[in-house]
Amino acid sequence: MNTAVLISTFLAASIEVIEMVAIVVAVGATRQWRGALAGTLAGLLVLAVLIAALGTALQRVPLSPIRVVVGALLLTFGLQWVRKGVRSVSRDGWTTGIGEQQVEEDVGDGFDWTGFLLAFRGVSLEGLEIAVIVVAFGAANHAIASAAIGAAASVLLIGALGAASYRLVARIPRRALQLFVGALLTTFGTFWANEGLGADWPGGDLALLWLGAFYIAAALVLVRVVSYWRQGTPRRLRAAEPLTEGRSR
Amino acid sequence: MMLWNRTRKVVTWWVVTFVTGDDWTVAAAVGAGLLATWGLVRSGVPAWWLLPLVVLGATVSSLYRAVLRER
Repeated sequence: MNTAVLISTFLAASIEVIEMVAIVVAVGATRQWRGALAGTLAGLLVLAVLIAALGTALQRVPLSPIRVVVGALLLTFGLQWVRKGVRSVSRDGWTTGIGEQQVEEDVGDGFDWTGFLLAFRGVSLEGLEIAVIVVAFGAANHAIASAAIGAAASVLLIGALGAASYRLVARIPRRALQLFVGALLTTFGTFWANEGLGADWPGGDLALLWLGAFYIAAALVLVRVVSYWRQGTPRRLRAAEPLTEGRSR
Repeated sequence: MMLWNRTRKVVTWWVVTFVTGDDWTVAAAVGAGLLATWGLVRSGVPAWWLLPLVVLGATVSSLYRAVLRER
């Protein structure tokens, strides 16, 4: 057992696992757990097949185009939720949708394919990156088993933390959650798409933190701005109306 | 014919759900932002800042138009 490789792989994989778990928990809490968990399992299954088929050749898989495509799709989808969230919170307030009340109109009683695909993409892309880390760290030091154990420990530990956070996340009003999850998906989408295009982020992976803060702050400001627009528009329209008999301003 | 119709339905659902949503202009702006970022990176210009700005601009513009439509 190579302890140095095990610890390095655990730490490097943890960053990717946090992203993976964040997406699954966010999608499950906002849409439907069945779809999100099925997407997670499907992603892990595809990943297992890829690892079994390619082995150490995984290092040669071109990650950049995958990052651009998955990032762009997460970005456009996340922005839809940000827009919906901003519009509904500015109209109905923050507390709408507490408990089990649904906020997504297109999530019915059937299987949630949208949630399935969101979780599937997040898990398969991040899982592929974890597999590449394992192969890179393990092959360089001739300690693939130690690297695999490090990555597996990271998935189990952070996955358990994500599962434990479910009750906490469930207490957040759905409208607010939709807005924050939208900002989260937009953050990951922007980050991955830019990385795939070769635009290096200042601070590397830490850019996820400030980029997320930037999008959340922008969403909060937009809630206020949209409320203001809603109040301001009728006044402007009234001002533009011609005066009729019996009415005065 | 049935297979073609079903495929078309699935593709339309996928594009509307994941790409365009209720405002296709945001997806178009994101696409343009990605292309511009790629062009700048190829020219050797650091371009990490462009996409977040495009995203913000497109969102503000889309929300403004949505508020006007509500009236």
